[in-house]
Amino acid sequence: MHEMSIAQSLVDIIQEEMVKNNAGALKSVKLNIGKLSAIVPEALSFCFEIIASGTNMEGAVLDMEMIPLRGICLDCDQGFEIEDYAFSCPHCDSPNIKTISGQNLSIVEMEVE
Amino acid sequence: MKISVVKNILEANDRIAQQNRSLFDEHNLTVMNLMSSPGAGKTSLLERTIQALRKDISLGVIEGDIQSSQDAERIALMEIPVVQINTGGACHLDGNMIRDTFGEFDLAGLDLLVVENVGNLVCPAEFKVGEDFKAMILSVTEGDDKPAKYPLMFHESSVLLINKIDLLPYVDCTVERIREEALKINPHMTIFEISCKTGEGLDAWYEWLKQEVRNRKTA
Repeated sequence: MHEMSIAQSLVDIIQEEMVKNNAGALKSVKLNIGKLSAIVPEALSFCFEIIASGTNMEGAVLDMEMIPLRGICLDCDQGFEIEDYAFSCPHCDSPNIKTISGQNLSIVEMEVE
Repeated sequence: MKISVVKNILEANDRIAQQNRSLFDEHNLTVMNLMSSPGAGKTSLLERTIQALRKDISLGVIEGDIQSSQDAERIALMEIPVVQINTGGACHLDGNMIRDTFGEFDLAGLDLLVVENVGNLVCPAEFKVGEDFKAMILSVTEGDDKPAKYPLMFHESSVLLINKIDLLPYVDCTVERIREEALKINPHMTIFEISCKTGEGLDAWYEWLKQEVRNRKTA
């Protein structure tokens, strides 16, 4: 249950951006949740709600998009979706792959008024 | 009004972890982030490792627990510098908590700093603390289905220690399946089969760890 720490980091970033943009209230936030991250979206929403209550972020919606894991093979150069957490190339079986998406937790966009 | 942001949510922690890392680098210090479920044998492994390596390597330990200082007391009995962090509920250590312990250590006098994370197979994997590498323990009593259930932890750890192999005759768990599943998620993982109870397999682990510390010293 590390969603509370993550929600707090998220709120810190949102607050900073709201001040920077002279925003009065937060309507929604768009997040990208990498498939490899161990985040439970419902738990993150719940923690966000708790921290946001009584602030100018209260009632804002977290719009979370799950980002699939994608890799590129460093031996045969082909790109692919990493399915079933198998971190090797499905084309040539090489273990030398680079993960290019699906690992991070990012904030992408906020809607404010 | 829409504002485009595009920021890693864990950026603040990553930044502190990077600052910790730079400080460790100044001292050529090897830092291992040790993770596992509660009861898999992190403190037992540490006791064994300290005993075996202390004549060659100067060690320090950070103990992370939600509550209690029992682990730090076990390590302190061995007269090794140790700091207990009580997270007071949080299920993992983060960069900031590690930074707060620096005043307690003579970093320049250490070769290896072990961060024993809070027992948990999920959350600690998400937070960097400034380590060189993550090592994890899976004990055979937990079952060979764990890599598939906790992929992030296995993906992030460079080393897997399969502990309690002396109990294999009594449990429905095969080391082969653990290996196969773990290597699927992380083909570059270094795996040791050990028993902290009998000492089986530990010599290879000691040698590997000593070599890691040596490599950093001469880097």
